[in-house]
Amino acid sequence: MKHGIAEILDARGGAKRDSLIPILQEIQESEGFLSQEAVSEVGSRLGIPTSKIYGVATFYNQFRFEPKGKYHIQVCRGTACHVLGSATVLDKLEKILKAKAGQTTRDGLFSIEVVACIGACGLAPVVNINGNFYAKVTEQSLTEIIENLKNKEV
Amino acid sequence: MEMNIEINNRPMKANPGETILDVLTRNGIKVPTLCHMKDYFPSGACRMCVVEHENSGRLVTSCSYPVEEGMRIKTHTSRVVEARKMIVELLLSNHPDDCLYCVRNGNCQLQELAVEHHVTERRISGLKNNFSKDLSSPSITRDPDKCILCGRCVRVCEEVMGVSAIDYINRGSKTLIGTSFNKGLNTSSCVNCGQCIMVCPTGALSEKGHLNEIQMALSDPSKKVVVQYAPAISVSLAEEFGMQPGTDVNGLMNAALRKIGFDFVFDTSFSADLTIMEESAELIDRVANGGTLPLITSCCPAWVKYAEEFAVDFLPNVSSCKSPQQMLGAVIKTYFADKIKTKPEDIYSVSVMPCTAKKFEAQREDMTHHGITDVDAVMTTRELAQLIRLYGVDMYNINPELTDSPLGIRSSAGKLFGGSGGVMEAALRTAYFKLTGNELKEFKINAVRGLTGRKETKLQIGDLEVGVAVVSGLQNAKVLLDEIRNGRDDIHFIEIMACPGGCIAGGGQHIGADQKAILSRLSSLYDIDDRDSIKVSHKNPEVIELYEKFLGEPLGHMSHELLHTEYEKREVPL
Repeated sequence: MKHGIAEILDARGGAKRDSLIPILQEIQESEGFLSQEAVSEVGSRLGIPTSKIYGVATFYNQFRFEPKGKYHIQVCRGTACHVLGSATVLDKLEKILKAKAGQTTRDGLFSIEVVACIGACGLAPVVNINGNFYAKVTEQSLTEIIENLKNKEV
Repeated sequence: MEMNIEINNRPMKANPGETILDVLTRNGIKVPTLCHMKDYFPSGACRMCVVEHENSGRLVTSCSYPVEEGMRIKTHTSRVVEARKMIVELLLSNHPDDCLYCVRNGNCQLQELAVEHHVTERRISGLKNNFSKDLSSPSITRDPDKCILCGRCVRVCEEVMGVSAIDYINRGSKTLIGTSFNKGLNTSSCVNCGQCIMVCPTGALSEKGHLNEIQMALSDPSKKVVVQYAPAISVSLAEEFGMQPGTDVNGLMNAALRKIGFDFVFDTSFSADLTIMEESAELIDRVANGGTLPLITSCCPAWVKYAEEFAVDFLPNVSSCKSPQQMLGAVIKTYFADKIKTKPEDIYSVSVMPCTAKKFEAQREDMTHHGITDVDAVMTTRELAQLIRLYGVDMYNINPELTDSPLGIRSSAGKLFGGSGGVMEAALRTAYFKLTGNELKEFKINAVRGLTGRKETKLQIGDLEVGVAVVSGLQNAKVLLDEIRNGRDDIHFIEIMACPGGCIAGGGQHIGADQKAILSRLSSLYDIDDRDSIKVSHKNPEVIELYEKFLGEPLGHMSHELLHTEYEKREVPL
């Protein structure tokens, strides 16, 4: 894993602090998340304290600090989804999985990400799991979706 | 070129480059501030200092707005006052406001602002903060619920200390201040200096209290409770009791400590003299035998931790001497325990320090002897004041007393440790004597005195021209170390103190002291040096006796066992 991070940083030799966000994006693209090792490595290369990098990264929803689960669940919290109850959907999901947005379940099966509008307002409230859209999600249908996925794994 | 501006309908002069706040302060107009820190680049984050800019009709932050020719400012119109009051009310809306249970009750800027703005009812009730406290550090406790996100701690940690252990995390209403990956402070790069506590306007940051343990020991009849206090305490404690800054209350403090119930009262300045004996011997040894130079002092535990994290390449340069606190702790539980025929485990050793990092230092693994800790509990100047109040000692109505023997006499050189440059001055006085056999003609070494963050001088000792540097504020240390990394080789001896100005401005001192008060503390140390008869560590009779009866000689076998230590690289996220 370290290998990948070093390569990304090598490719941007001489990068300064203004390249921080693109570098973090590339690392997340390649590793799936930002590990402590990655943040330390970036910090020592760019001369930025890790606390500052963590501060920048937590400012944006796009960065995660845990590996993605086998099923990565994106819950849309855009305006249309919000109006049609995406807050309850997210709440329910966090309860079922016992994980918060940005976290991964302990068995590594599910991870939750909150996203702004994903352009499927007609299907609101919408949830996207590994690229598949689930339309007009309710608390009940969500429970079923998760159960089905869990059953697949047994 | 002066500018003409108008403030509250009165013409005033302003200089280009000044902010509105500069002009207001100079003219005796007080505008409340929160995030503002004197001598720092303004951040304008809290908006407490807004004033009305009549030319544009807008409210502007006076701390960051530069003056302009013809500008018209109103500082206390009802619009401005309402805006400020609203800011206070909003800050209170998610604040726990459990003031009666807060460590900063009575000394909190948020509380003061609420009083000043006559906030008497809860107009805005919001969701209260609900973060977890960080109790992980041996020195500093963080309560993010009480944090108003002014950012002063973040700035002092970055700009003065060059550590940046903390920063803003998350965004919007979820924002908090924390370490990288929001882990405990104990596993972060925090050096425990406590300067963040000194700038915190609320109770979000405070020292890890040791008073409970100390009270328990005091009421335990099987324990001999011994206390030592650092050189900077006697010139700082006065302010906690409303006395003039810089007043030396050494005698009163001795009396107060005895009234509280401490069995023996010792002065850490004694072991500062001891440190000088060891450290000057180490310096001479390194110069004579081609050891690693420059030698860097090790009295400041925040600097030592900084070196273990950020300046690992300089660890061989750091003196192997324990700090005066730990030296005295070690001597109390061996030499002194023997003297009073008490087992070391029946002695409870307390120190009073102007410092939060000393709490960390006391619990370092190597600060023990045969499994017994050198120092059991460390209280800050603030905690001592609290203890004095708790035990009902009236500082205004007691008579001064002397310290106990045989670890109570000090030279004024040891006392100088309390200010930046003091260790250097004391060490040079003794090194000069040891190398030439004569005393310095002029003991006062003005080039290393004062609050300046960086001081350098050269001193001719015999055939040797010794280059010395004194820095305080770890950011200044970083700059100096970088110069040495880049090849500077004219410096033989460096004193590094983490806090700007040294221990008199330490993280355990009275909160709310300004630069003038800190300067008074420093002048008070210099006055003591002028007055005292013993001005050099090697003439301290009790130190001489300690070597004769117990330690042997500096750097000898016993010294190595009790008074010296080692350092190693710490793996923390930098």
